[in-house]
Amino acid sequence: MSSPTLPPSESFKFSMLLSDTRYRGMSLQVITFIIFMAAFFWLVDNTIKNLALLDKDVSFNFLWLRAGYDINQRLIPYTSDSTHGMAALVGILNTLLVAFVGCIIATFLGLFVGILRLSKNWIVAKLMSAYIEGFRNVPVLLWIVMVFALLTEFTPAPRAFKGAEPEATMLFFESVAITNRGTYFPAPVLAEGAYWLLLCFGLSIVAVIYFIRFANKQKKDTGKSLPTFWISVAAIIFPTLILFFAMGQPVSLEYPYLKGFNFKDGIHLRNSFLALTLALAFYTSAFIAEIVRAGIMAVSKGQSEAAASLGLRPNKIMSLIILPQALRIIVPPLISNYLNLTKNSSLAIAVGYMDVRGTLGGITLNQTGRELESMLLLMGFYLAVSLLISSFINYFNRSFQIVVR
Amino acid sequence: MTKIAFVRKKEIPPSPPPITEVGLIGWLRQNLFSSWLNSILTVLSVYFIVIMLWDFIPWAYGGHWNTKSLRECLDLDPDVACFSVLAARWKQLLFGLYPAEEYWRPTLTFIFLLLAIVPILFPKFFRFFWFSIIYPGLAVWLLWGGSVWSISIVYIGLTLGVLFFLTLIRRYLKNYMIAAILAFLFTAVFFLFISNWLVGLLNAILPINLPFVESLKMGGFTLSLIVGVTGIVASFPIGILLALGRQSNLPVIKMICVGFIEFIRGVPLITLLFVASVLLNYFLPPGTNFDIVLRVVIMVTLFSAAYMAEVIRGGLAGLPLGQHEASASLGLTYWQSQRLIIMPQALKISIPGIVNTFIGLFKDTTLVSIISLRDPVGLASTIRADQKWNGIYWELYVAIGLMFFIFCWGMSQYSQYLERKLKTDK
Repeated sequence: MSSPTLPPSESFKFSMLLSDTRYRGMSLQVITFIIFMAAFFWLVDNTIKNLALLDKDVSFNFLWLRAGYDINQRLIPYTSDSTHGMAALVGILNTLLVAFVGCIIATFLGLFVGILRLSKNWIVAKLMSAYIEGFRNVPVLLWIVMVFALLTEFTPAPRAFKGAEPEATMLFFESVAITNRGTYFPAPVLAEGAYWLLLCFGLSIVAVIYFIRFANKQKKDTGKSLPTFWISVAAIIFPTLILFFAMGQPVSLEYPYLKGFNFKDGIHLRNSFLALTLALAFYTSAFIAEIVRAGIMAVSKGQSEAAASLGLRPNKIMSLIILPQALRIIVPPLISNYLNLTKNSSLAIAVGYMDVRGTLGGITLNQTGRELESMLLLMGFYLAVSLLISSFINYFNRSFQIVVR
Repeated sequence: MTKIAFVRKKEIPPSPPPITEVGLIGWLRQNLFSSWLNSILTVLSVYFIVIMLWDFIPWAYGGHWNTKSLRECLDLDPDVACFSVLAARWKQLLFGLYPAEEYWRPTLTFIFLLLAIVPILFPKFFRFFWFSIIYPGLAVWLLWGGSVWSISIVYIGLTLGVLFFLTLIRRYLKNYMIAAILAFLFTAVFFLFISNWLVGLLNAILPINLPFVESLKMGGFTLSLIVGVTGIVASFPIGILLALGRQSNLPVIKMICVGFIEFIRGVPLITLLFVASVLLNYFLPPGTNFDIVLRVVIMVTLFSAAYMAEVIRGGLAGLPLGQHEASASLGLTYWQSQRLIIMPQALKISIPGIVNTFIGLFKDTTLVSIISLRDPVGLASTIRADQKWNGIYWELYVAIGLMFFIFCWGMSQYSQYLERKLKTDK
């Protein structure tokens, strides 16, 4: 019996570093790493030299200096005496506001358009696909400036509301004024005791959540389903409403009114904010509509047929069979579209909306001359937002993925 | 007794279907009025369409084309479009500040562009692919001008490098990697030491020059197309490499690729463009100052390459693992299996995403107006700054939007055609 012989061991040759698959990966990595580090140090070295030439240093102290400029829309107290850091914070909040409102509008609009796009009604389907193609194939910057032009050039000036026979009138029972300086809404005024109302409202929402859990559990145990929807609606509305009247209406509306050549009081939404939010929402909604459509179409027809043969009604089929499967496909790209909307909000500069790019990356950058630091902070902010969102997507994918055996 | 029973001897011909089920009425009933909800939707849609067209058609159809200013338009009829601004400024919208006597150059470049993409789009014409290869150099020369030789030398150098590589492989060496490194060194030596001298010589023998046009004169759709097309062409291969790098099992390469992709995808393009216009001078050796259009193109390319990488990674992930294993068990090397087995399938899956990235890139070229380059959207405000056209909005926006729409919609239609053509399974 011959014992298996090992192949003659080859002595190590230098060329094997590049030709032998055992070492090639390693040497390739080492080479890449060296090139990468060399490029990195080259850039850093250049930056240091350039900064020295310009007599600059890298310091973030400018954040604590007086900003000296006004911001027309602010969610937190801010004056021109506040610091650059505060200005950046105001900008961040403005960015997040646009992103938040825009995402909500875009989601509802996108759902609506996406579902109607699948309609069997020929004309509705065509109209919706025209909407989608129209918004998707034209740059978002153009939409932003177009909506802005629409809002500023084709709405009446506040003085058109003046006089016995005004050229323009306020909408919705004299409560909403659309002018070329922005749109004015009634503002809620919280009197004493209003916080009890908010508390009551919050409590009823918590109660409804528990009720739905209970109903689901009971349905699993006994098979009987409770009329969850109507009970929830009633539970949310009535306690707060009763308390509202019982406490003597502690929340009232403050209507905007014309004073001089401008409107006073109420909530003033600037055209820059409206144009940016609406344009971004329209634009993103076209993408969301396609995602929704793809998600619904991706659920195979056999699923709904199988559900129907089990005897489920159409709305049950939608809510129990189709949607849970479609959502798994819809949610990740949906969230990445939210992210896109947030990033696109940096186009605010086109309409003069003061978002974080306008304050930190705009006026602060120009005033202090700290390009490097401002851009670093700005990119850091956007990166943080996007990493947060993408880690959420990953979490979602992990927890809802179909487990393959 | 009379027979009252009646037995039909002949089959009667089938009666036509009820009029409500066929033809126009049947179609209407099935598609538009199948239920009361559908009927409401139909009526609302028709109402909406009529309202839109009621205003738009007279506005667009009766538009003025040859007035001197917006004021003149408004005096004639304030309710119709004033397309005269397009008639007066279309050259600017198309070419920016490009010198008027040189307009033929961007025009010719555009025509050549159409010719150059035909072999890529339609395999029937693949034998003309050589034109697509020389096109980039030709376009650069036509647009920027200067001596033809300083562009050709790039081609000459690269061709020599490739020839050197092939000779090494065929005659002297077995190892691709060493041959590639040697060929790279050879090309580097050529460009560092020989090319300048050669260009000077060729210029002396046969000078072919076009007047130089500087980058800041580029504008309008010429600029959009320069940035868009270069970005599209360059971001595709970079995206593939990044996607492979991200899938790679070499940790250093994977880390660099992941870091790059996540960084680029995490920041808005605007900030990258600002880096290109403001910060790039910090990162380069003191005193360097290179072309702003080139900087923008580089940034746009990197930006969409990161997105491309993610799209292609999706395609790679969509392939069954068996494909990798099967190609490995056939004894194919990494690059062979990527080229022959993996990529063709992965790219086919990701066609919609790839084309969406292209479309996104082309639309994003409008962002250069924010760093004050003169793309069409930026030009719209420039034109409005002119007193004659102060206050004109829709005519310009409709025209610009339509141009972008045609390009982007065309791309998406082509991608659908391609998907249908490459579909191998039912």
